[in-house]
Amino acid sequence: MYSRILISAIFAGAAAGLVAGILQLIFVQPVLLHAELYESGELVHFGGIANSADPALPGFDVMRDGLSLIFTMLIYTGYALLMIAMMNIAEERGAQIDGRWGIIWGVAGFVAFHLAPGFTLAPEVPGVAAADVTARQIWWFATVISAAIAMWLLAFGGNWVMWGAAAVLLMAPHLIGAPEPDSFTGPVPTEIGALFAARALGVGLAAWVLLGCFAGFFWQREGRHADAAARA
Amino acid sequence: MTTLTQNHAQTRGTARFLPALFAVILGLGVIALTGHVQAAALHDAAHDVRHATGFPCH
Repeated sequence: MYSRILISAIFAGAAAGLVAGILQLIFVQPVLLHAELYESGELVHFGGIANSADPALPGFDVMRDGLSLIFTMLIYTGYALLMIAMMNIAEERGAQIDGRWGIIWGVAGFVAFHLAPGFTLAPEVPGVAAADVTARQIWWFATVISAAIAMWLLAFGGNWVMWGAAAVLLMAPHLIGAPEPDSFTGPVPTEIGALFAARALGVGLAAWVLLGCFAGFFWQREGRHADAAARA
Repeated sequence: MTTLTQNHAQTRGTARFLPALFAVILGLGVIALTGHVQAAALHDAAHDVRHATGFPCH
């Protein structure tokens, strides 16, 4: 069982993470680099001359972007370990797990890990004003855990009490509120910040749907291998 | 007979639960290390990914 979980998580996480990393390099990285020109003061928003919204940006940087790809694959492997652990328990309880059902698992994972925390702490471009990072990380983890429990209750709770509890878990972190900065000092134009948040969430959804699909597929496949080995 | 079935079900439950717990701990460790630990080297290497994935970065 350990090897089935590890093997399927590594395959699913590495594959989905690779796609996520490439999509981020294509769609998110240029927006991030653009924002960094304002963060560093190379471009100035307001007060100076109007800037072109289409500046020249550095291209592919082997070291920087290569590390990004590797770290994205690692993060998605971490996600895959969590998702496959839960798939394992769901299957024990009678749920069907395969590539098609994995798509729904992926959407649920996206809600728990990206949409729920991003609903209040929107994905940040470099240079935005933000509260203390440790406080934000605690809020992030608490929100992700409560949203993940909520998604499980929505899927497997089976009665109105559980669904009600899920709604409370989904809303509570946002009603309580995340750590916010005392004042806004971000030098980055709002257009870039909004585009960045939208792109980050969009790439996240695509990557999570793939992750769920791959996780279900490899979980099935490794299970068949294990059964065949047990019979042989 | 009933006891046997129960024992069997219990063993199967544990056989599934422990690896799941192991995977959850490992997964959280990987996510914390790559996405959240503030050590300078890790932060710099993962900087762009942390922003693009929506983690609190700095």
